[in-house]
Amino acid sequence: MNKNNQRLLRDVIYYVFVTAFGFLMIYPILWMFASSVKPATEIFNNAISLIPSVVMWENYPIGWQGFGRTGFDVFFRNSAIVTTLVVIGTVFSASIVAYGFARINFKFKKILFACLMATVMLPVQITLIPQYILFHNIGWVNTFYPLIVPAFLGGAPFFVFLLIQFIRGIPRELDEAAIVDGCSTIGVFWRIILPLLKPALVTVALFSFMWTWDDFLGPLIYLNSANLHTVTIGLRNFMDADGGTNWGPLLAMSSLSLVPQFILFAFFQKYLVQGIATTGLK
Amino acid sequence: MAKLEEVDSSTNLQAIHDRNLKKKRMKENLTGYAIISPWLIGFLALVIGPMIASFYLSFTNYNLLSSAQWTGIDNYVNILTNDGRFRQALTVTLIFVFVSTPLKLLFALFLAMLFNTGRKGTSVFTTIYYIPSIIGGSVAIAVVWRILFGRNGAVNEFVQALGFSGVNWIGNPDTALSVLILLVVWQFGSPMIIFLAGLRQIPQELYEAAAVDGASAFTKFMKITIPLLTPVIFFNLVMQTIGAFMTFTQAYLITGGGPMDSTLFYALYLYEVAFEYLRMGYASAMAWILLVLIAGITLVFFLSSKYWVYYESEGGR
Repeated sequence: MNKNNQRLLRDVIYYVFVTAFGFLMIYPILWMFASSVKPATEIFNNAISLIPSVVMWENYPIGWQGFGRTGFDVFFRNSAIVTTLVVIGTVFSASIVAYGFARINFKFKKILFACLMATVMLPVQITLIPQYILFHNIGWVNTFYPLIVPAFLGGAPFFVFLLIQFIRGIPRELDEAAIVDGCSTIGVFWRIILPLLKPALVTVALFSFMWTWDDFLGPLIYLNSANLHTVTIGLRNFMDADGGTNWGPLLAMSSLSLVPQFILFAFFQKYLVQGIATTGLK
Repeated sequence: MAKLEEVDSSTNLQAIHDRNLKKKRMKENLTGYAIISPWLIGFLALVIGPMIASFYLSFTNYNLLSSAQWTGIDNYVNILTNDGRFRQALTVTLIFVFVSTPLKLLFALFLAMLFNTGRKGTSVFTTIYYIPSIIGGSVAIAVVWRILFGRNGAVNEFVQALGFSGVNWIGNPDTALSVLILLVVWQFGSPMIIFLAGLRQIPQELYEAAAVDGASAFTKFMKITIPLLTPVIFFNLVMQTIGAFMTFTQAYLITGGGPMDSTLFYALYLYEVAFEYLRMGYASAMAWILLVLIAGITLVFFLSSKYWVYYESEGGR
């Protein structure tokens, strides 16, 4: 009985702590959503509160208008274009390259694989400047190409590595049986590997979506015109535009910018958690 | 005669076989290269080429508009001996990396342990704790941080409610860096999930055996959990350290490196030099110094791992 009580007490302490700390963890996010419908005065007076005195949905349409002459419809459209193409490019090119490394024997494969692995941890700063000069020289600055084209050229090396590991786990007998049945090398990839690769591809697609949607440095460097800006750059400029007076609409647009991530998180949480647990992706 | 013909045909066969094999291998090489060509092109054009260019540029003065001028090792000499802001950036970055990473990993490990107790509802909590690490790097969160830690923000309101006087967290050189450290530590969710996966790999029998021997919870933690978790700790340490060195977006958006360069991260200063002052050669030299620095620290981690990372297959250290 005494022992049971002790256990009950421990459980209570556990749940109180974990709940309180958890609340603190998501407080900034709850605060953002709550404040996005607060009247301007309440964002700073009564700042802690998560309950607005009146719900000001107007912040959303006001924010949507944007600033200057560009609205958030343009920013969201641009982000959607860039992100969609990057995800398609990454999934397509990373999976076929991974197939090549995992299944086909060609000269210098070991060396090339080592090169691939060496680039996984390469700091972006090393290639940032010469890449910029390269894209500047071929006239791609102020277009989406510098953001999209690299995704079609293998995407992030980490994804290729992840898919190689996954393909290595698929029994080779399946390939061999398909070859006996008259499948070509590409046929094996298309009919055998790709369907089995689906869970790993979902993980790759999710992470490349999140990283691209969130990407700030790339658009900051490459996109100059307002009508090409992505949501991240739009928000940054919105934050600086009015010298910080338009907080309600700014928070409304901030909240809106995270909606795609929250939707993906809600539906594909399992893949995200698995992806992190098995590979250490962020 | 017959015998001779037989030998002849067999060598012929051998030759045909050889030729076929060669052809097959050639075809396989071609197929292989065709299949990895997207990556190969990207690797040559966007990694190796740029790295060579960057290395060359690091010995020049280059501003994008006129052609590069060879200056030898001047850039490196100036960075290392003559640039006060570089020294400031390096100091700030090292403090940031070596404060935020251990803190982040401590929180990650502590909560992973809590969520590994087999109680009900832990998966819901894991999810909640994990959310900040998905969106923590976004501009939206930078906006929130700027308001929450502003002069009249919620944090000050809370501090004042406790009876202290408020601080301009972001505008004060003494506190600005801690605001950014807090933001990074807040995102401990992903190392936490990796720790949790690692904890679940530890065989329960070990704990049961230790319990039979009368080991305390603390002893079990020190003698079973920590040693068996060292490979995961090592992995998280390396990944988070490297990531922290490259922190850019949040500092750029929240503090802009200020006040008084108190949050001038390495990546931020490099960006400024390259894209605001257009000193591309100087910035390239800075990038190489960063690479050497990160590689050096990673190497130290790997060399030290022999002494503290436990690999089961080797039967201990």
